[in-house]
Amino acid sequence: MAKHPVSLKVNGDEHDLLIEPRKTLLAVLRDTIGLTGTKEGCSTGDCGACTVIVDGKAVTSCMVLGVTASGKEITTIEGLASDGELHPIQQAFIDTGGYQCGFCTPGFIMASKALVDENPDRTEEEFRFALGGNICRCTGYTKILEAVLQAAEEIRTNS
Amino acid sequence: MKSFEFFEPTTLAEASSLFAQKHAQLLAGGTDLVIGMKAYTETPETVISLQKIPGLDGITTDNDKSISIGAMTKVRQVELSEDIQQYHTALAEGASEIGSIQIRNLATIGGNIAHASPAADTVAGLLVADAQVDIASADGERSVPINELFTGPGQTVLKPGEIITQFRLLHPASGSHYIKHKIREVMDLAFIGVASAVNMQNGVIKEARIGLAAVAPTPIRATEAENLLSGKTPTPELLAQAGEAAAAATSPISDLRCSAEHRKEMVDVLTRRTLQNALDRV
Ligand SMILES: Cc1cc2nc3c(=O)[nH]c(=O)nc-3n(C[C@@H](O)[C@@H](O)[C@H](O)COP(=O)(O)OP(=O)(O)OC[C@H]3O[C@@H](n4cnc5c(N)ncnc54)[C@H](O)[C@@H]3O)c2cc1C
Ligand code: FES
Ligand code: FES
Repeated sequence: MAKHPVSLKVNGDEHDLLIEPRKTLLAVLRDTIGLTGTKEGCSTGDCGACTVIVDGKAVTSCMVLGVTASGKEITTIEGLASDGELHPIQQAFIDTGGYQCGFCTPGFIMASKALVDENPDRTEEEFRFALGGNICRCTGYTKILEAVLQAAEEIRTNS
Repeated sequence: MKSFEFFEPTTLAEASSLFAQKHAQLLAGGTDLVIGMKAYTETPETVISLQKIPGLDGITTDNDKSISIGAMTKVRQVELSEDIQQYHTALAEGASEIGSIQIRNLATIGGNIAHASPAADTVAGLLVADAQVDIASADGERSVPINELFTGPGQTVLKPGEIITQFRLLHPASGSHYIKHKIREVMDLAFIGVASAVNMQNGVIKEARIGLAAVAPTPIRATEAENLLSGKTPTPELLAQAGEAAAAATSPISDLRCSAEHRKEMVDVLTRRTLQNALDRV
């Protein structure tokens, strides 16, 4: 089938690509562009490992067709640090030990980033609900929640 | 996923004529379709995106408080809309129950309805809002009340080439409530979904609407229960009668998730509960 010309803006860089319509955004990011920080867990929308931010909104990239992301601004885990400085959320996951094997971490960090950008004043309970689409098999979630609350606190005080 | 031809039309007419072809499927947010294509339960040869057609998304409120919701409006936007939270609380609550925020940022209300799952979380709220479904095709436009849209699980009256453009919610309710009966707090499908909406006049129920999901081959209104309520003063006995009448209107199945008996019993309980909460919110 015919490939489609697509221009993706990923972490500020333009990528002009020819892709098959059946390729998901997740596959384009990982296999075509080579950004393998975004993970594929379930591939059915249930685990959140593939979460990236498209035009400011967290989405599960495993069910987005890459062709439909043309012209949109995409941020992946690789785009969070700037000038060698980790984003406060990345730092918070390190400080609290919010990861073990790390497979779910990029998804958790991207979902959390969208949440604190939208509203860092959420309660712990609200963050729990809002992160319900992300699954971790290692940490038991407590330290992840600590990380998110620490980052939200820091972003509140700095803004 | 099987290969397919991909189109991004910019007009409804173009989308409709492409969609009228054999083995064509519409793409809205993709949360049902792309998952279906990966599982090979959907194998369209042509996929037509609605995302580039202007005017299909957004929520507008008129002076008389009637609200239009474009078919391509994300369910996250429905959930967060202040007007929908106020005048159609049950619909906002239903939207907030779908999957995760990441899913709700993709999923559209048009897709949730057109997919016609009896368990769709926006359907009970649209039923109690007595929504009109506006439909367009190359042949023109028509409008169907939401309770006449569904013909069976996954089946609607939509003909090849017909596209839902918007939902019109003409009857605001002064109190409404949706309960999704489920096991997990998030990321679970409804065993059953119950919505109730009421309008009051001088302490008497002027009108009541009850919408039930996942308890019959299609989502349904519990009209006998609604008729029992209208014109009466709400009492626990009256709500109990309405609960029984609503349960009697269902024909649930037993499946892996839940038995038919339990579904029927819970329709009774949750009809009473959603009615009471709707009344409390007036
Ligand atoms: C992990 C996960 C969890 C979920 N949890 C829930 C849940 O808890 N509750 C729930 O209700 N749903 C749930 N869903 C399903 C829900 O996301 C979908 O029903 C969604 O609302 C469909 O909208 P869409 O825009 O993604 O549709 P698409 O997948 O893009 O489209 C689905 C189909 O609907 C038809 N269609 C779409 N738009 C139109 C239109 N305007 N006119 C005519 N036909 C149209 C087409 O046939 C299309 O193929 C879940 C999905 C996932 C992946
Ligand atoms: S890989 Fe996308 S949600 Fe699991
Ligand atoms: S750290 Fe291993 S899955 Fe979360």
